[in-house]
Amino acid sequence: MKYSKILSTTFVFALTCAAAFGVQAASYKVVGETIPQSLTGKAGDPANGRAVAIHRQKGNCLACHQMPIPEQQFHGEVGPPLHDVGSRMKAGELRLRVVDPKVLDKDSIMPGFLNAKHNLAQKKWAGKSMLSAQEIEDVVAYLLTLKGSYTK
Amino acid sequence: MKLKTLTSMVVALSAGALLAACQVDKAPDSVSGYTFATKDTQAMQDDNFSNPAMLWVGIGEEEWIKKDGSAGKSCASCHGGAKPGSDEEGMYAIDPVLDTSGGATKISMKGVATKYPIFDKASKKPMVLEERINLCRTKNMKAKAWKWESDQMMGTTMLVKMQSRGMPIMSTADQASSPLNGAWKAGMKFFNERRGQMDMACKNCHDDYPGTRIRANMLTQAQVNGFPTFRLKWQKPGTIHRRYAGCNKMVRAKHFKRGSNEYKNLEVYMTWRSRGLKVETPAVRN
Repeated sequence: MKYSKILSTTFVFALTCAAAFGVQAASYKVVGETIPQSLTGKAGDPANGRAVAIHRQKGNCLACHQMPIPEQQFHGEVGPPLHDVGSRMKAGELRLRVVDPKVLDKDSIMPGFLNAKHNLAQKKWAGKSMLSAQEIEDVVAYLLTLKGSYTK
Repeated sequence: MKLKTLTSMVVALSAGALLAACQVDKAPDSVSGYTFATKDTQAMQDDNFSNPAMLWVGIGEEEWIKKDGSAGKSCASCHGGAKPGSDEEGMYAIDPVLDTSGGATKISMKGVATKYPIFDKASKKPMVLEERINLCRTKNMKAKAWKWESDQMMGTTMLVKMQSRGMPIMSTADQASSPLNGAWKAGMKFFNERRGQMDMACKNCHDDYPGTRIRANMLTQAQVNGFPTFRLKWQKPGTIHRRYAGCNKMVRAKHFKRGSNEYKNLEVYMTWRSRGLKVETPAVRN
């Protein structure tokens, strides 16, 4: 009883550490073209998701996608615009696209944001995912709010 | 009438054959990075007086005639030309195949740079122009080798490449008979291999999305015909190996040293990819 409590506490602590350092902790299951389950079990925060999407060292979504973020100049053109992505896709579909887009298209240019196993990574990024599981949940929650129409 | 038609047909056919024989091997759909640069940047390159890289070519001209090393020689001692204030028409190279008399077989320096990287028989590896210049310095001049990205090295490389400005890049490294074929294969593998935290290969941007913007930057086809190139972002010229390292770091991948085998192989492959494009060195890019 006491033993299992210590164990579970240690487990939670390990998870917290992993999340704090951006190390891949969450496991996930791909079902069809979705990841239906939340990576963390905690609801995503759309406001933080928007910040992560803008952040050049984190999501940096604007590098490739046009988004309804007018205060930021020069949105990229490589990927599809995301103005209406929340009405086109459900949480599970968005989650898979952020976690591992190569499941859907192996030649995709888009990085998998939870991937922590890389080929020839720079030392300071080796073994770390680009986003933490919770940051991905936040981005998914933000994307779900995008139900406008595309305006350049 | 019939004879006349026949004659004109023969003339047309042989002209066509001649044209085909003279035609330069060019990669399909390849265009220079110049195409993707802004109008202002293009104008800067087009006019030698406003091209900032010309300051480094000036350094190259000074180095060309400067005696250095214990052999008491300058570049010009063997290769002529490059006197400041005069044109550089007089520059020539020594033909490595024909020459048996210690430097007597001179060939024009025009076009020499279009054949680089060459295959170095001694090391059995590709040799890029920077290495060839340093080999001349250490072996023939008994001078110290220049650093890869030094002003002297870039200036001299640009000066030599400039003699071939407007001439098409040549490469047959894709052919099994070419001694560079091994390097070409390794370079192609590098180009197509996903790497780094972002898991991207050179190909993902430069084969798949040229002409598309990543934030404010326009992706190009990653052609090598303008290097060393003056990059506005750097505010100075840089070698193609510097550009490789920059790209590698951008996708958060391990980068390699300038002059490393990895980057030399990549240069062999990417030079083949740029075959047929005209040498623009020293180019100006955003």
